[in-house]
Amino acid sequence: MSAHANLERRRQAIYGWLLLTPALVLLSVFAFYPTMSTLWSSLFSRGTRRNPVEYIGTGNYTELFADPTFWIVVKNNLLYAGVTIPVSMAIALAMALWANGKISARGFVRTAYFTPTVLPMIAAANLWLFFYTPGLGVLDQIGSVFGLPSINWLGQPETALWAIIIVTIWKEAGFFMIFYLAALQTIPEDLKEAADIEGTSRWTYTRRIVLPLLMPTTIFIAINALINSVKLIDHLFILTKGGPSDASKLLLYYIWEMAFAFFDAPQAAAMTILVIGVLAIVAAAKFLYLDKRTHYQ
Amino acid sequence: MTTGPFVAIKDVAKRWNGQLGVEGITLDIPEGSFTALLGPSGCGKSTTLRLLAGLELPDEGKIFIDGKDVTTSAASDRNLSMVFQSYALFPHLSVAENVVFGLKVRRVPKLERQKKLHRALEITGLLGYEDRKPGELSGGQRQRVALARAIVAGQRLCLMDEPLSNLDAKLRNSVRKDIKKLQRDLGITVVYVTHDQTEAMSMADTVVLMKDGHIQQVGPPEELYNKPNNTFVAEFVGAPAMALISSDGLSGFEAGQRLGIRAENIQIVPKGEGRLTCTITESEFLGSETLIGLDHAHATGLCVLKSGMALMPEGDTIDITFTDEHLHVFDASGQRIATQT
Repeated sequence: MSAHANLERRRQAIYGWLLLTPALVLLSVFAFYPTMSTLWSSLFSRGTRRNPVEYIGTGNYTELFADPTFWIVVKNNLLYAGVTIPVSMAIALAMALWANGKISARGFVRTAYFTPTVLPMIAAANLWLFFYTPGLGVLDQIGSVFGLPSINWLGQPETALWAIIIVTIWKEAGFFMIFYLAALQTIPEDLKEAADIEGTSRWTYTRRIVLPLLMPTTIFIAINALINSVKLIDHLFILTKGGPSDASKLLLYYIWEMAFAFFDAPQAAAMTILVIGVLAIVAAAKFLYLDKRTHYQ
Repeated sequence: MTTGPFVAIKDVAKRWNGQLGVEGITLDIPEGSFTALLGPSGCGKSTTLRLLAGLELPDEGKIFIDGKDVTTSAASDRNLSMVFQSYALFPHLSVAENVVFGLKVRRVPKLERQKKLHRALEITGLLGYEDRKPGELSGGQRQRVALARAIVAGQRLCLMDEPLSNLDAKLRNSVRKDIKKLQRDLGITVVYVTHDQTEAMSMADTVVLMKDGHIQQVGPPEELYNKPNNTFVAEFVGAPAMALISSDGLSGFEAGQRLGIRAENIQIVPKGEGRLTCTITESEFLGSETLIGLDHAHATGLCVLKSGMALMPEGDTIDITFTDEHLHVFDASGQRIATQT
């Protein structure tokens, strides 16, 4: 009898491992192993013909912290994330609430909002390049009607990062709206009716009922937005190449530059590890703190 | 107190894109009564309730509550509460927060809110469940939270939209009694929508039977059972429903008329002595009695009740009889003709 039970338990364990294997293999090959090897290579010096590769511990990190460009990039990225995440989420929510209402041409409105998301990144960036170009660009043309001077939006340090921020918000808000819209449609109509009978104002209903019920979606979107904010690179290639004078350089672009323009792979690896560390802390906070305070249906 | 009825619906109609919702609904509901809107699905009973609640606005007609014209008033200005079929509890709020939600919105002071909450939970037997979320409650408990939310504000009119349809049969019976007791104890006016005639007949003082957006009959349960206005009411009310026999099958009635007869008024008699000869189609043992379904060329829904276990073989023919005084006479259009007795 017990032998029988043992066999059965082993069979179950094998099933479990079999089901786990595909995910385990994929994650190991494409996530765990690269992370570990990045961490490993960040501990070694950059090999040149005269100086062979050697173990230098945290040397790459100290060098990175001493690099003023790194701090400019960090500051840029913090500003970029700090503006794009809340603004695009707020716009997404507002658009979703509106597109979920009883408005005419609802299908058209939803499609219009979603268009930026389906456009290829490069095409979208070129579109905005056309908007921003001094003299010929749409913005300047509109400005000139009102007699405003020509502004090189992408070409001056004060406006370059903001120009990138606006492109990102434009692109992300529509994407996030789709998630909000889907979540809104799972909220039963009769909750609104029950609230109506109690005399709840539209604002109170949104604040007390809709927003808490959207909380899981909001967290999901926030995490995605955060990941996107350290992932942005393609717009920079088209629009500014990180310039002028690093004013619009973001982390991933700098990592790329470090690795493939300056050929300093260990420095790039060190920076990558720092980014992964920050994201890991955010993920832990999400699982340990936010999930407990959120109502999941 | 106003002299008129507490709730008055006058000639109300509601249509959707030309399709019929409800038409010509006129109804007076006295204060403190229990009124059931009964009918098959799609008959307009829920629409009527939603019109009364202010969740829909009528295309025609007027609605008065407590003497005040509320035809175009917002739902919140009608001083009523509502229990939804799905309960419509806020899933992220605890039981207590759900119940006092409306009080909070209306800015009732905290102390009073606490008192009312306690009383509402006491009445519905939910004390001790204050901090649970709706997801952690059983169907019956959720239903009681919805009831508590409906009574906590002390509104005199409470609307209920099929509140029992998501409960299992056993629970339904006990909650039915609870609701009836609640209504009587609090003296509130309840308008109750259901498709289940047992609910309507057992709870309501007045039953409003609807079909295709029109009211078929309004009256106390026994009146609907004993004096159905038309053949639809006859065939809807009662289990088993009234059988209808066309006048071709019986002598002494005008052509085109139809005669209704209830199963309990039919007797089985020896061969040759009955008024109709029928074929047995089914025997159904119900416990205290056995329902025997019969088939006759000129009749629909014929059946007879025999006490105890008395299955009869299918396909056999038997004779049945009944007296004229138990017959309900309907004219060709299905309307009841007052009998001479």
